Amino acid sequence: MTQQKKRREFAYFALRNNKLRIGVAIVFLFMVLALVGPWLTHYKPREFVAPGAQHPSSQFWMGTTSLGEDVFTQFVYGLRATFIVGLLGGGLGTLIGILIGFVAGYRGGMVDELLNMFTNIVLVIPSLVVLLIIAAYLEVRGFLFESLFIGFFAWPWAARAIRAQTFSLRSREFVDLARLSGMKPLRTIVTEIAPNMMSYLLLVFILQFGGAILTAATLDFIGLGPTNAVSLGLMMNNAVIWGALILGMWWWFIPPGLAITAIVGALYVTNVGLDEVFNPKLREM
Amino acid sequence: MSLQVDDLTLYYQTLHGDVKALEGATFSVADGEIMGLAGESGCGKSTLANGLILLKPPMRFVHGSVRLDDEELPVWDTDRMDAFRFRRISIVPQYAMNALNPTRKIGKMTVELLRSRKVDVRSTLPELERRLDLVGLSHEVLGMYPIELSGGMKQRMVMVLSTLLDPSLLMADEITSALDVSTQKAVARMLVEFRDRRFVKSLMVITHDLSILNQIADSILIMYAGRLAEKGSTDRIINAPRHPYTRLLIASLPKVGVRHRQTRLTGIPGSPPFLLHPPVGCRFRERCPAALPECGEEPPFVEIEKGHYVACWRESGTDAEA
Amino acid sequence: MLKLDEVSKVYKVGTFGGRALRAVQDVSFDVQDGEVVSLIGESGSGKSTIGKMILRLISTSSGVISFDGVDVSSLRGGARKEYYRKVQGVFQDPFSSFNPIFKADRVFRIVGQQFFPETAARKWDEKVESSLHAVGLNPEHVLDKFPHQLSGGQLQRFLIARALLLDIRFLVADEIISMLDASTRIDVLNLLADLKARGLSVLFITHDLSLGYYISERAVILYQGSVVEMGSTERIYDNPLHPYTRMLMASVPRLDKKWEQVESELRTRRNELSTGCVYYSRCGMAGKDGGCRTEKPALIEVESGHFVACGCCDQECP
Repeated sequence: MTQQKKRREFAYFALRNNKLRIGVAIVFLFMVLALVGPWLTHYKPREFVAPGAQHPSSQFWMGTTSLGEDVFTQFVYGLRATFIVGLLGGGLGTLIGILIGFVAGYRGGMVDELLNMFTNIVLVIPSLVVLLIIAAYLEVRGFLFESLFIGFFAWPWAARAIRAQTFSLRSREFVDLARLSGMKPLRTIVTEIAPNMMSYLLLVFILQFGGAILTAATLDFIGLGPTNAVSLGLMMNNAVIWGALILGMWWWFIPPGLAITAIVGALYVTNVGLDEVFNPKLREM
Repeated sequence: MSLQVDDLTLYYQTLHGDVKALEGATFSVADGEIMGLAGESGCGKSTLANGLILLKPPMRFVHGSVRLDDEELPVWDTDRMDAFRFRRISIVPQYAMNALNPTRKIGKMTVELLRSRKVDVRSTLPELERRLDLVGLSHEVLGMYPIELSGGMKQRMVMVLSTLLDPSLLMADEITSALDVSTQKAVARMLVEFRDRRFVKSLMVITHDLSILNQIADSILIMYAGRLAEKGSTDRIINAPRHPYTRLLIASLPKVGVRHRQTRLTGIPGSPPFLLHPPVGCRFRERCPAALPECGEEPPFVEIEKGHYVACWRESGTDAEA
Repeated sequence: MLKLDEVSKVYKVGTFGGRALRAVQDVSFDVQDGEVVSLIGESGSGKSTIGKMILRLISTSSGVISFDGVDVSSLRGGARKEYYRKVQGVFQDPFSSFNPIFKADRVFRIVGQQFFPETAARKWDEKVESSLHAVGLNPEHVLDKFPHQLSGGQLQRFLIARALLLDIRFLVADEIISMLDASTRIDVLNLLADLKARGLSVLFITHDLSLGYYISERAVILYQGSVVEMGSTERIYDNPLHPYTRMLMASVPRLDKKWEQVESELRTRRNELSTGCVYYSRCGMAGKDGGCRTEKPALIEVESGHFVACGCCDQECP
């Protein structure tokens, strides 16, 4: 009953939190566009459909590129790619962070120190340099590769935060009692500690999600992104290469730039909003 | 009369309705009096203290009046209370020791506090140093960070700060409960000394620990479930309590020299009512072994002997005389 | 039954683990069958650390804790689980002892899953109910509720009931009533006394001297990880000898006496009972030993016409 009450209370504050409402609405809007967008267009993203550099019109909603591709088509396919990279990269980052954070925080001692050292090493590796080296060897890079790469370099702060939380939960007496019941460490983490951190883990995932999107856009923009696909970052990359800025083809680079800013911004706003809802101290009556 | 509280009623607003945390509190604290305020958790003692000094949402002022040195305290108006807070009425909060900002040196924090209260720092400084000497803190603490002080030292520092402007009333909210017995004794004695030296006119010591009050308080006010149950001199409350709750409570406390094999003490069955929907009448009724039919109505808080007030029909009802 | 032999716990502190912090130092005492022993000390005395070492929640640095003659640090896997069948703990904070997002009776289910997987659900529920009755709770009122719907006293009883589900013989009770409200704490304390009557042994860890007196036969006084005085509770309370114990007795706020009264009583008792050197308790001599505590040093002429009554000064005065 109280669980219900609690849920109701959560819903009450969640529905009244403007940051959360705005953030979720924006992300949701783009997600819907990414899902249904490809059905709204008759073209393929790399297809030559019209003479280049057309202004937006009723036929080409966002105009065309210098190469005569439809910008709107690229935009909706790019959105898909962006969300996929966000989910995969952010998911992977969260997962590794959770694994390392839980083990280090629960075990403590030597294990903690070793994992901490590992975390710090990953933290200081210049990921761009590594990517440049890999790029030199790999001719074809897809989204999967990009997501994995982002995930592998994004987890350290998540691991640290989760470790700290686990550490404080571990000293709670109910964990001691679980141990006195002969419960094994893994089971203790999964059944006693993790459920208490669900809201926190959700926040971590949202931040990782936003971070992955931003990183992907950056990589794409500087030409280290996928070689065989379309993404918002790649659109901007192409726009710059083909001189869209100088030629004043604003319709080519403004939509992807705006979308990335909006999505990442909205995710952060959602995060702040959720934090307020989860944390009664931040709530305003 | 230093403090006079009349019919003070404070509620907490929640999504599910008002929690009736304090109802109809009427009592006074005399000049030079150390009054202990005791009761179980959730009885309203901290609500009372906070209501007197910083009444902010979700706490809501319902009605009542508070007079300090014959002047009305606008407790319901946080802005107007600024003129009284810290100067005339002050509090050492429950977790005062942890409330010190760890990144600021004590001295800097003190100066900021004084400035924020528009107190002239230069002219107050000699007095501050004099008082530090008095509580046995060297002036060097002003250049230290809170972490460099022990729990007892921090407690003393906070007490010196909160009484620096000689307030009429100081409220100490559970300040001894987290301390070791030896430190506890020192802090408790310091409270008495502050009163003796007239740094504060009178004191309200809020605690759940009656034995501490037995050591330092002149009078004790017992609260139960948001209402006043009994007030009287320390000696009367400890040795001749009249309210059934006080009686049972004191009888349940183990004392040195009492062993379970010889004397088996008993607690009070049941638990306090929820204050979202408190029962009508006496709030102790369901746990009271001596409940009467009258207890369906709220008992008045009446004086049964000089300075000894009780809210119980057995003491004030018609059959008390019979 | 349970025996501690020169048990120590050392923590490495500082950036490179350079400094050693001795939380517990060479502590030895034992607890007999059906006995309640109070472990009394202030914060930082190491009392909780000792409790946790007995429960094997933390390891010992040196020394041996043995239960029925078996060194408990040697227990692994199944043997360790069997140890927990007999030895359990209840901790200070009832609300932190329960996972706030699950119902409180989950602690029983965990015990069932871990220790009695074969027992049928129906039979197990009966066992839980009878164990709740044993700690004075009505199963109908307390089962199927979240921890915050129950009072601290009820939760602590829950934990004692949980221990009773096992074949428990030794209970570590670490400050289990310090966070309870005055009106309910005595009942939990009485419950411990009842357990004792059933033959259970209890290590009652507390900072409150009057509680220790109420419940235990023997008391161990700890200061900064070392035992400073131990023995029959009555003797220690009647005649505290160690200066620390005396300070503790004089500081404890009491309902029956004022501090001033206790202080003066201790002073006069000191003089009455003192058979040793009158200056013993305040003596700062390095050579001070057990001798001058029990035997009054004779007046000795140390140089011509100069007499002194000190057991150490005739040897080598620092």
